[in-house]
Amino acid sequence: MQRQQVLVLYLATSALDTPVVGWSLYDGAAGGPTAPVEDRPAPPYQTGVDALRDGWRLIQASPLLPPDPETERQVSYLKHEFIFEKLVEIE
Amino acid sequence: MAGEHLLSTAEVAALVARGFLIFESVVPPEINTAALELFEQTAPIDLMRDKPTSGTPLSELYPEPSPIGAMLRLPRVQGIITSLVGPEPVYDHDWVHVREPGDVLDQHLHQDAIIDTTLAFDIQLFWFPHDVAAGEGGTGFVPGSHLRAVNEADIGRYQNLVGQRDITGPAGSLAVFHQGLWHRGRANHGAQRRFMYKVRLNPTGPQVRCWDLADYDEVHGDRSDHIFASYQDHTAAAMFRRAEPWHEAATGRLETVNRSRLWRYLTADTSFDADWYLTRTEGRERIDRGTD
Repeated sequence: MQRQQVLVLYLATSALDTPVVGWSLYDGAAGGPTAPVEDRPAPPYQTGVDALRDGWRLIQASPLLPPDPETERQVSYLKHEFIFEKLVEIE
Repeated sequence: MAGEHLLSTAEVAALVARGFLIFESVVPPEINTAALELFEQTAPIDLMRDKPTSGTPLSELYPEPSPIGAMLRLPRVQGIITSLVGPEPVYDHDWVHVREPGDVLDQHLHQDAIIDTTLAFDIQLFWFPHDVAAGEGGTGFVPGSHLRAVNEADIGRYQNLVGQRDITGPAGSLAVFHQGLWHRGRANHGAQRRFMYKVRLNPTGPQVRCWDLADYDEVHGDRSDHIFASYQDHTAAAMFRRAEPWHEAATGRLETVNRSRLWRYLTADTSFDADWYLTRTEGRERIDRGTD
């Protein structure tokens, strides 16, 4: 039986080989609550490409969208979100 | 308000740049102890206290005897509040937040209230009346997140951002947040209940130069402070161009612009700039309009 692990990486630019600035992990193979926030966090990978090289499959990348008129300089949600998955076997 | 209790220009600029200030051991032990006795009675759900009415002037909040009022009336606390929201702010709401020992769940990251559209801003005071060590439930927060236009819990997907922090410090420490700063309740791996009193205050007038201006000229600088031309390393512009480690490369420049816009509001200097971003585009906008 397989379960999905989902890794979300936020990168410094739209390029997959730029540094990780944020990340989240949701593990469908583990029980209990979502893993706690780390006290002194270091990214699990230096770049998105490093995640690929560790077996994560990219399933979604943020599109590059022009800003709406009058909001060109607004800062909001993180722009460069890449979602990866791994399928793992469970008993 | 005596100048020694007010914030400096450098401190206010730091809040504009990063969204928070932390003051350790501002509240003396006798007030902390009285507060803990009160909070033990009202925990874990803060619905048993008599609370002020939203809109109550700060000067009328929690008359004596009240440990909360005693904290708010401390000259240093008054100075911090006045510096940021002016001399006559009003009470929005407050709450005693409790994290029980052994509560290992982290709250999702969020921004309080709703998405904000104004330059004028509220402040929130976070008062920890006892020591808070790492891992013992000090509020987690994300430096430099306060100007992001997001709506409350929509940012819950963000588990970890490089540079995120937890508040720690000795009893009586006070953190001051711009209303927009992203934060969350943190797990308490300690053996004691963690209490934190949070109060939100609204300004009632322009928040222009309400702080101690002794260092104003030195910190404020001028709009020619430009990293790609001639620049200073101790000015407001220097603070505003410093990206947080989680800021994306290009968006970090927009953070500089938005910090500059907030600084223009606080100083009433509509020509202020950091790194020439506003100046060059405003010049072209005047050309487009035919007014230059």
